[in-house]
Amino acid sequence: MEPEIAVEGLSKRFGPVSAVDCLSFAVNRGEIFGLVGPDGAGKTTTMRMLAGVMSCDGGRMKVAGHDVAANAEAVKGSISYMPQRFGLYEDLTVDENIRFYADLFGVARTERRERGAMLLKAAGMTEFRDRLAGKLSGGMKQKLGLICALIHRPRVLLLDEPTTGVDPVSRREFWQVLYSLLAQGVTIIISTAYLDEAERCSRLALLHKGRLLLCDTPENLKKRMPGATVVVSSPQARDLRELLAGAEGVSTVILVGAGLHLVVDDADRRVPELKARIQSAGIAFDEITASEPAIEDLFVAYVQGR
Amino acid sequence: MSPRRLIAMSRKEFIQIVRDPRSLLIALLMPVMQMVLLGYGVSLDAKNIPVYVYDQEGSQDSQALLKRFQASPYFDVRKTVNSYRDLRYAIDSDRCKLAIVIPFDFSRKLRDTGFAPVQVIVDGTDDNTANLSKGYARAVIARFSADVQHNWLQRQGMPIAASNGNISVDTRIWFNEDLESRNFIIPGIVALVMALVGALLTSLTIAREWERGTMEQLLSTPITPSEVMLGKLIPYFMVGMADAALCLMMSVWWFGVPFRGTLASFFTTTALFLIVILGIGFMISVAIRNQLGASMIALLVTLMPTSLLSGYAFPIDQMPAAVRAITYLVYSRYYVTILKAIYLKGVGVKALGAEMTALAVYAAVIGLLATRAFRKTLD
Ligand SMILES: Nc1ncnc2c1ncn2[C@@H]1O[C@H](COP(=O)(O)OP(=O)(O)O)[C@@H](O)[C@H]1O
Ligand SMILES: [Mg+2]
Repeated sequence: MEPEIAVEGLSKRFGPVSAVDCLSFAVNRGEIFGLVGPDGAGKTTTMRMLAGVMSCDGGRMKVAGHDVAANAEAVKGSISYMPQRFGLYEDLTVDENIRFYADLFGVARTERRERGAMLLKAAGMTEFRDRLAGKLSGGMKQKLGLICALIHRPRVLLLDEPTTGVDPVSRREFWQVLYSLLAQGVTIIISTAYLDEAERCSRLALLHKGRLLLCDTPENLKKRMPGATVVVSSPQARDLRELLAGAEGVSTVILVGAGLHLVVDDADRRVPELKARIQSAGIAFDEITASEPAIEDLFVAYVQGR
Repeated sequence: MSPRRLIAMSRKEFIQIVRDPRSLLIALLMPVMQMVLLGYGVSLDAKNIPVYVYDQEGSQDSQALLKRFQASPYFDVRKTVNSYRDLRYAIDSDRCKLAIVIPFDFSRKLRDTGFAPVQVIVDGTDDNTANLSKGYARAVIARFSADVQHNWLQRQGMPIAASNGNISVDTRIWFNEDLESRNFIIPGIVALVMALVGALLTSLTIAREWERGTMEQLLSTPITPSEVMLGKLIPYFMVGMADAALCLMMSVWWFGVPFRGTLASFFTTTALFLIVILGIGFMISVAIRNQLGASMIALLVTLMPTSLLSGYAFPIDQMPAAVRAITYLVYSRYYVTILKAIYLKGVGVKALGAEMTALAVYAAVIGLLATRAFRKTLD
């Protein structure tokens, strides 16, 4: 089966900055493909080129059967793109925004009404249809963005950090809608800053400075993880980092929320050692356990390893 | 070109105009303010010019002449003085703009020869008023002397018909018989309003999409560049035409300017002019991606030439030759010429062939350039 999205040697430069550097990957129909990487990794630039709103300097892109690099306009009827910055009209109501995008994509009136009502209901926004988009909460704005993106049944959905700054409940609802789309055969590329979200993708591409570091399923990526992960939760995480960085058998130490993730060579052996060390230094901690490696650990391990 | 997308774009833009207080203000209040401010403010009429009189003779004839001045709406005879020194002082201290000196032998010369000189002194500091008052004074005196000669000839027993040696100067003003400068200026203000409102509103339209971050998503849809342009400009075109109608009504019903042409020729030329203005505003908006900068530039390239070089208030034939040559490049020049002709002469579109052609060519070229200005890309 031909992949729904195929990217080969894609590149984009901004003056001296190589925003996207010879990027290649392929996404199959019905997959949700995650672009992961820190700010400036090139996620947005990649999305823009795939959406046909920005030219590329080199490489090939095939999206939904169209050669985007050669003819950007042809693909636009088959995709929907949600930019990182909210792109709808804040001085139009929810309904007016939906109608505008439905008209631009040539959706028939009856279909617009039915599908619009269905999507609004699924997003729990039916009662807000006459509200100005600018007066919606962050989460609702993003859901409205998704509704406008889905009003015309796109084959490919490009979502650039759609859940950044969105409350956890809205995020869950957002993902529910995404999963239901996958079942309908829609292909999704999503970039995200949340690593728990990254793990929900069918496959991930780890980007750093415009280059592809790794591309695989979350499970396989974790298997590649050298060593094991130890999680320490502590109110004094910063002090702990000082203490444990460079301890025997510890390769990386990163701050994660109210604690640390350590990458160690052998969890069974190192956990008691580390525990003793922390206690003798007199730093308060709640818990220290071996754990499944998270994508974030992998990322840091990889980037630091280079 | 998809009608569906075009209408969607126009409707969206229209809603945005209606919901944006600033746009509404520009569209509705600006024309009225412009008409009132300029219609009253820039009136070049010299009415009630203050006049001092130095009547050296004080005869019946001299009083008869002065009565003519008093009767004229252009003059206000304030005072009679008894020396040149007083006159000089009055002019220096701005108490009068014009002084009339009637010599001591006025009535004798008039009786004997039928000709008598009268001295008129004009304050030349205000060039415009000076010219006007000189002209008005000459007209008053000419009419008086014509009557006097008429009587004199009759008294001499000469048949009037045979008096072919006497040439009476009869100035006739065409098209603006009342010599109301307001009638000359107000048709031009319509052009000014169109330039101001049209350019200001359209210069914001694309810049707003960039500024608010809505452009990126718009670019990812199948809409074509010409649909964006037309869809966005149609609402502004309608606003412009409505404003033109508003200006027309105000000029006729409020200011009492005669309108002798046809509505069809008025709206046809206005449509052409609007296409030029909106096209320019659109191109600026495309080039400059922020609203403030775009509106400044738009005013600079539309309002400036229209107010200075179109001849709406400052007659083109009184400009230096080099400037006059430049005015041929100024699209508003043609529109102002046509407007004045439509208002005051009532001529049809046919008599204005050259100007109409120039305006139409401008509209076609700008329209074409505007279609190509917008590119669907972020880079
Ligand atoms: N329009 C632009 N002009 C210049 N540099 C840009 C532009 N867009 C992105 N960049 C640069 O390209 C790199 C990648 O940016 P971006 O694609 O936005 O990354 P991400 O979305 O992963 O944060 C960054 O170094 C950024 O500064
Ligand atoms: Mg980004």
